[in-house]
Amino acid sequence: MIRVVLPAHLRTLAKTDDEVTLDVEGPVTQQSILDALEASYPMLRGTLRDHVTKRRRPFVRFFACEEDLSNESPDAPLPDAVATGAEPFLVIGAIAGG
Amino acid sequence: MSGVRVLVGTRKGAFVLTSDAKRDHWNVSGPHFGGWEIYHVKGSAADPNRLYASQSTGWFGQLIQRSNDGGATWEPAGNKFVYDGEPGPHKWYDGTPHPWEFKRVWHLEPSLTDPDTVYAGVEDAALFRSGDGGQTWHELPGLRTHESGPSWQPGAGGLCLHTVLLDPAHAGRIYVAISAAGVFRTDDDGQTWRPMNRGLRSEFIPEPTAEVGHCVHRIAMHRSRPDVLFMQKHWDVMRSDDAGESWQEVSGNLPSDFGFVVDVHAHEPDTIYVVPIKSDSEHYPPDGKLRVYRSRAGGHEWEALTKGLPQRDCYVNVLRDAMAVDALDSCGVYFGTTGGQVYASADAGDTWAPIVRDLPAVVSVEVQTLP
Repeated sequence: MIRVVLPAHLRTLAKTDDEVTLDVEGPVTQQSILDALEASYPMLRGTLRDHVTKRRRPFVRFFACEEDLSNESPDAPLPDAVATGAEPFLVIGAIAGG
Repeated sequence: MSGVRVLVGTRKGAFVLTSDAKRDHWNVSGPHFGGWEIYHVKGSAADPNRLYASQSTGWFGQLIQRSNDGGATWEPAGNKFVYDGEPGPHKWYDGTPHPWEFKRVWHLEPSLTDPDTVYAGVEDAALFRSGDGGQTWHELPGLRTHESGPSWQPGAGGLCLHTVLLDPAHAGRIYVAISAAGVFRTDDDGQTWRPMNRGLRSEFIPEPTAEVGHCVHRIAMHRSRPDVLFMQKHWDVMRSDDAGESWQEVSGNLPSDFGFVVDVHAHEPDTIYVVPIKSDSEHYPPDGKLRVYRSRAGGHEWEALTKGLPQRDCYVNVLRDAMAVDALDSCGVYFGTTGGQVYASADAGDTWAPIVRDLPAVVSVEVQTLP
């Protein structure tokens, strides 16, 4: 089971107060996590990545195990600790004012 | 008893303000979608309980929200806005080609007859339509692919399609306004479009009377007389008596003819309202006095409406979608400011009072007159 922590605005949008848990089939990658996340929470489509190109939105960052994975390949395997659920996959809104 | 619902979009959420027909006591609901920019909220004329809201942030992009109960509850609708085909470039601020990129929805205009049909004016400029209550969106590409499209340049706020007027008398006729391209009209329900900018003069562009390239801030019409249009341009207040084919300046005695809003009295087609702003580089009222100007002659002659509005040290702005009127017997006029006030007049502008004073910066104000 994969654990995903969303930023506050997206937790509100997804109507969830806590971290999200997902079942991901096959290799655990950024793409497979986001596919599963959007399947369970369709209101999140378009908020993390582009509908068509699937490219990460510029102010969205992905972290896990104290590493910034934002610019890693979407198809690269994530750390075992994420795949086993020991560590969450963190979605972070880039820090900017306003 | 009839009443009024005022739909307010702000930089940090939406608010719904309601009152009975007296319009002297208001209930404030919100913030809805707190922390998000709400560029526009508008209700369906065919079903007043059907509302649409444009919700966005730079972080998480565009969402469309829909309510079926007058704003008490909301549900996300579709947010997939994809240009038809390969969109190609428009001009950037420096004149170089720049790719057409979807950024946000500025304006939502529900159909006059079908609650499930709604138009979206977006940045970079294009018009989309949904026929299923906002679940799916399809571009009307004839506008963006107009032969002038590659020459369109953004205004300071972006290359935005900010105004959509549906003609109640001529089936298939729609007006849109784009900063900084100008007004376009279709007579075939969005398939083909013509620029409607003859008579406009913009000294700050290379060819001041060009067919396309004018920074139109807002256009308005009265439902009973849709061939007459009023315009607040970057500079100049304009009027057209021939459905946009030509325009004449009606700025008259205004203290400044720069501004953003223009609107028309609900029952008097020649009574119009603007809020003069000092200049394009000083976005606040002249002399620190917040004054609505009313013309009862369709322009040229204007009177300042000041009762109840701050007449010293006021330096707020009133943005292009932030004025609206109700349709009660004594027409109500409403506007919101970047200082977070929403002012209301229940007597067609003679006197004003704030409904709320301390909202986030107001981006848009719409009004529904409820049975």
